[in-house]
Amino acid sequence: MSATKQRLAAEKRMKVERMALDQVDDRINSSSFVQKALDHIFPDHWAFMVGEIAMYCFVVLLVTGTYLALYYTPSSADVVYHPTPGHGYMPLAGQHMSEAYFSTLNLSFDVRAGLVVRQIHHWAAVVFMAAIAFHLCRVFFTGAFRKPRETNYVIGLTLLLVVMLEGFSGYSLPDDLLSGTGLRVVFSIVESIPFIGTWLAFDLWGSGFPGSSLIPRLFVVHEFLFPLLIIGLLSAHLALIWRQGHTDFPAPGKTETNIRGSRVWPQYALKSGALLLFVFGVLALLGGLIQINPIWIYGAYNPYAVSAGSQPDWYVGWLDGAVRLWPHWEFRSFGHEIANPFFPGVLIPGLLFTVMYAWPAIDKRIYRDDAYHNLLDRPRDKPFRTAVGVAAITFFTICTLASATDLLGNDTHIAFERLIEILQIGVFVAPVLAGAIAYKACVALQRTGNHVIMQPVGGILIRTADGAYHTLGDEHHGHGEIHDHVDGNGGGNGRGDGNGGGNGHDDAELEEPVVGGKPQAPGDPNLG
Amino acid sequence: MSTTEHHGQRADDMVDQARDPALDPEHFFIEPGEPWPDDVPRDQDVHWWRFRDDPKGARKAELKIIALWGVVPLCAIALMILYVVGGQPQLEGLFLGTAMICLATGLVIWARDLLPGHEVTAKRNHQGGSGRLERTGAVVSLSRGIEGMARRPFLVRMLGGVIGIFGLAMAFPIASLGARPHRSLYKTGWATGKRLVDEDGRPLRPDDLPVNGILTVFPEGDSHANEAESDKDPQSATVLINLGDAKFDVRPGTQDWNVRSSTGLIVAFSKICTHAGCPVGLYNTQSHQLVCPCHQSTFDVLGGCNPVFGPASRSLPQLPLGVNADGYLVSTSDYKEPVGPGFWNRS
Repeated sequence: MSATKQRLAAEKRMKVERMALDQVDDRINSSSFVQKALDHIFPDHWAFMVGEIAMYCFVVLLVTGTYLALYYTPSSADVVYHPTPGHGYMPLAGQHMSEAYFSTLNLSFDVRAGLVVRQIHHWAAVVFMAAIAFHLCRVFFTGAFRKPRETNYVIGLTLLLVVMLEGFSGYSLPDDLLSGTGLRVVFSIVESIPFIGTWLAFDLWGSGFPGSSLIPRLFVVHEFLFPLLIIGLLSAHLALIWRQGHTDFPAPGKTETNIRGSRVWPQYALKSGALLLFVFGVLALLGGLIQINPIWIYGAYNPYAVSAGSQPDWYVGWLDGAVRLWPHWEFRSFGHEIANPFFPGVLIPGLLFTVMYAWPAIDKRIYRDDAYHNLLDRPRDKPFRTAVGVAAITFFTICTLASATDLLGNDTHIAFERLIEILQIGVFVAPVLAGAIAYKACVALQRTGNHVIMQPVGGILIRTADGAYHTLGDEHHGHGEIHDHVDGNGGGNGRGDGNGGGNGHDDAELEEPVVGGKPQAPGDPNLG
Repeated sequence: MSTTEHHGQRADDMVDQARDPALDPEHFFIEPGEPWPDDVPRDQDVHWWRFRDDPKGARKAELKIIALWGVVPLCAIALMILYVVGGQPQLEGLFLGTAMICLATGLVIWARDLLPGHEVTAKRNHQGGSGRLERTGAVVSLSRGIEGMARRPFLVRMLGGVIGIFGLAMAFPIASLGARPHRSLYKTGWATGKRLVDEDGRPLRPDDLPVNGILTVFPEGDSHANEAESDKDPQSATVLINLGDAKFDVRPGTQDWNVRSSTGLIVAFSKICTHAGCPVGLYNTQSHQLVCPCHQSTFDVLGGCNPVFGPASRSLPQLPLGVNADGYLVSTSDYKEPVGPGFWNRS
């Protein structure tokens, strides 16, 4: 094609684009928004992809869940399974089961693509929670929750809670032996809540355990209530990210007031769309090739049967583990009792989530930092925060391990009693130890000096106590020199955690090192 | 002016604007008239793409995309054939996943190698919030209503009270979500003279259970495999154990709660774990211990099923046993205490 022809074709396309956009703009005055939206910038870093993976897992869950809902019957009514050879699972032939379990068997064995869709759905739920957990860790360790993003952190944490409940309610819908046993434990945990527990449990289940109301109720919350909540919270989460702009890791040329990355159109849109397909593709491979939750092996739920090796999905494991590790304490007096499952099942998770919700406020106090942040911390620059995070991860890991004491006991040939006793000590010792190691590691990493990307470009502009400015030359660019962006932006740093080894400047003399030779306070008359 | 010329001119304008970011400051989120910030480079080439100056590389990238997207229709055809012949979960997952991953990878290569706008630096929006004027404006507008309302404090308080009372009325239906517990947690299906039956509904004689045998039993007419599921009372599930000659520690007041068969002593305990309500299903015949598979609470049967390990803190309640005139095992009363885990108003 000749250059002229190409030019003409381009003009023609532009004319069509203009016509289309004009049609919209004439009606809703949209051009300014459209350009801002197409030009919106998201920083490029692999760690920022994890939250997106979580979001796309949710999309996969909506799509596959809709398909499953077409074939699932939320009912506890008793039916007898009569499979025909080749269409169904013969070992369960003639058995009594609930309609919920019956329909789950049917959609696994009779409905075309039913099993692969069910397994994709379950894998997506498991990966969803993993992605959320990883995303939370990233946000925590890099200080992305700091001002102005505290609200979005709280929304994200609420999403984690709702998704956990959504996952557990879905896991319980097939009414198989494993999930039914899980519900029995949850009933006991609810029953153990002081004052209201007994009545609350009966209100949720509609009667004593197991009753016939729970499965239809779980279906309503799993299908409608929680997904609606997730969509609402997720929309708020994304709207705030859009409004406030994404955080970014520090690098030469990046400041608190600029943003670098791909524009929505076409880079980010195409890559993000590809990520959705990629997430769906990987989940499809998992759902097709790796079996998950084979309910036909567990059998239908039966309140007086249970099999050894009863483990919930991974994200509930830490709660199950805590319930196993809590000693045999309960409190009885004045005709009332606080039963054992209350402490590990309600009190401990309640306290943990309170601390997690309060963390932005706690962090603000620890570091006396109420400044506006767009650039992220490196975990090593905030050793105490990193230590707390590592300790928390260790605690959750030990609890999760504890939920598999019976399996671990079989594999390691250690009596499960010894394993539980070891973990009962470990759940206190290991987090402290891991936190201490993390703290030391952070301090040691700081001493190794700045990473190349942290080196400022264009020299360092220094304002002295009397208000004069001068630029530091290359003699100050030596190994081990650290210029903290937080300090540079007037955020202050009470503990000095943000500063690595000595940077050669005398703080009494030099008030404010400014990175990259650029003023950090726009509009400062001395610099304008 | 001819139409062609007119359009050409407009396109030229546009190209000019795109070439010079200073003419179109919105591009970098810099408001018109605002000074250009120092941390936004002026010479950014927003139309740059990876292989713009490397036709060979671009061609290679294009071929890669063609190869990847070529796989997608093959997978689609395979999926259609699979559907028609009856489906196969592993292959369905394989083709579904392969198709989507190939489509995705092609898209990423397209965006990375052949489309403009890899990385740009722009001004961040909303730095430090709005200016003083906007903030004052918001306060003025907000207080317009608040001040008006504050003039009538009684109305404000009344509105709060009215909404509170109305909300209370709206909360009432919560009560009908479930039955009141009343004494239901204290009762099971057992009663004086109820025969013990196994899972299939067969009544049992003491000699039906061999030494070290363990059986889950139910009150007769309560739980049959051939009865409706809703008739089952899971609270009643009981384990029947033949202890043989092992020495059973009889507690005061429970001397006549056990039955001696020709082979040994038969005892019955609730199967519902006193910790979290799982069925206590694992019996170790050597140590005579019952273990709950959920949280490993361990009960010593010879000591009256008292907890010896794990989170349970209460013994499994014992069911008083007897033999009726026909020689069948019966319960002589219901459990003397609530079975299963603790709850707030358990006394």
